[in-house]
Amino acid sequence: MWQVRWVVKPMVFLACLIPAVHIGLGALNAAGVLHVGSISLGADPVKVMLHTCGRWTLNFLMITLVLTPLRDLTHSVFWLRFRRMFGLFAFFYVLLHLSVYLLLDQSGNLSALWQDIVKRPYITIGMLGLLLLIPLALTSTAKAQRRLGRRWTRLHRLIYLIAILGVWHFWWQVKKDIREPLLYVCGLTILLGYRLWKHRQSLARLSVARFARTDGA
Amino acid sequence: MRKRSADSVEIVPSDITPFEKYLSRRAVLAGGIGLAAVQSIGGFARSAYGQSTGALAYTRNAELSVTEPANSYQDITTYNNFYEFGTDKSDPSEHAQKFRTQPWNVTIGGEAEVTGTFSLEDILKPHPLQERIYRLRCVEAWSMVVPWVGFPLGDLLMRFKPTSKAKFVEFKTLYDPKQMPGQRSSVLEWPYVEGLRIDEAMHPLTLVAVGLYGKTLPNQNGAPLRLIIPWKYGFKGIKSIVSIKFVERAPRTTWAGAGANEYGFFANVNPSVDHPRWSQATERHIGASAFGPRRPTLPFNGYAAQVAGLYTGMDLRKFF
Repeated sequence: MWQVRWVVKPMVFLACLIPAVHIGLGALNAAGVLHVGSISLGADPVKVMLHTCGRWTLNFLMITLVLTPLRDLTHSVFWLRFRRMFGLFAFFYVLLHLSVYLLLDQSGNLSALWQDIVKRPYITIGMLGLLLLIPLALTSTAKAQRRLGRRWTRLHRLIYLIAILGVWHFWWQVKKDIREPLLYVCGLTILLGYRLWKHRQSLARLSVARFARTDGA
Repeated sequence: MRKRSADSVEIVPSDITPFEKYLSRRAVLAGGIGLAAVQSIGGFARSAYGQSTGALAYTRNAELSVTEPANSYQDITTYNNFYEFGTDKSDPSEHAQKFRTQPWNVTIGGEAEVTGTFSLEDILKPHPLQERIYRLRCVEAWSMVVPWVGFPLGDLLMRFKPTSKAKFVEFKTLYDPKQMPGQRSSVLEWPYVEGLRIDEAMHPLTLVAVGLYGKTLPNQNGAPLRLIIPWKYGFKGIKSIVSIKFVERAPRTTWAGAGANEYGFFANVNPSVDHPRWSQATERHIGASAFGPRRPTLPFNGYAAQVAGLYTGMDLRKFF
């Protein structure tokens, strides 16, 4: 399977960088450093950068969560080989999101950021989601996975909570048009609902198995 | 339907210039516009279908203009909040291009001696146009500087002789989901309603805008006529107006109806009253330097000297 490692994965990796490259070039354009007419972030480039990074954070969280259902549906573990990469891209984009907010939107004013975290619930929960992603990113290596064993699995279930916080953060900050956050809510409901359903199924199987055992004894 | 008092001079059918004559007069005027201070006769250039952005005749009102540089035509016409054409800032410029502003009627109703439905030409004809460069502050905490062309709303309202019962004025935007795709979704209650207290409406700064950068107002900016109240958040500046009604009580306005704790009736720009979800203390100025620092927001958007008196004795935290 060298093709996956040396061809597919690098290509997916590069594709994941497209939004970042787009806003990076757009920012240079807006700053007047670059003059590429086709890449424009419009009249309010900071807002576009902020929202693009936020959206892609949510997208990567969703993609990360869709891999397990895909494995079950296709009976192939192929998908899981991308989970770490997608998860880390979610982290990458949320860091960009925060950086754009702090450095460009708020001009690096840390006390303004702190005020926002304390005063504005949607920023509080967004920040919480970001902080919770840190331990997951730090323990994303194979080594950490081996060292933590079953605790790793439990720790990484935080991703469910993080995804909820992220979507909630989006929902709370839109002015009136909730259609887009609603789309994420629906997606997340399906993805988390699937896990709940599977969990109950396995519980049921377990009790059936136990029943069979006692019956047979 | 049309009631009119005997001495109402402006809107007599015989007064209306035949359209062809009107257009040719425009052609003559257009040549002189470069001289800046062309004496305006309240002319209004547009093609028979109202889609072109023709040059207008106007005078510059330097006294009521800010000296800051105006935003580019590009920024002002592609970064718009006009939910009737979609909720993205780029939606109005993309979806309003086929919007028909001709023919256009405005209905005047309520507590006034002169009421009825008037054509756009009737509405605009007596008013000489002037250019005013105003600051614009959106409730979303961004700002621009815009060179509007228009005339004081008070001059228009006085023609209809509001009675003593006219304490407020209610405005409505056209409701036409066929032309305004945003109205097919229930993101807001349609039609869009805005309102002003009568003294706010009569204030000399309150403008009926029909143009931008010396040309007819582009559709995405609220053609053919819209309000500009420069000391209030932008959403008070209702676009594509079809109804003006003098009323005794404060009308229920669209955004206040959508979230009374977030958008007040007055909606005066006020850095010390935050939106529940974001600060109003600073603003990002569109244009100039994309990555420059935010600017401090000024009380009444910098127009406090002219308008603060309208609100003496009022608790602006309560009446936000």
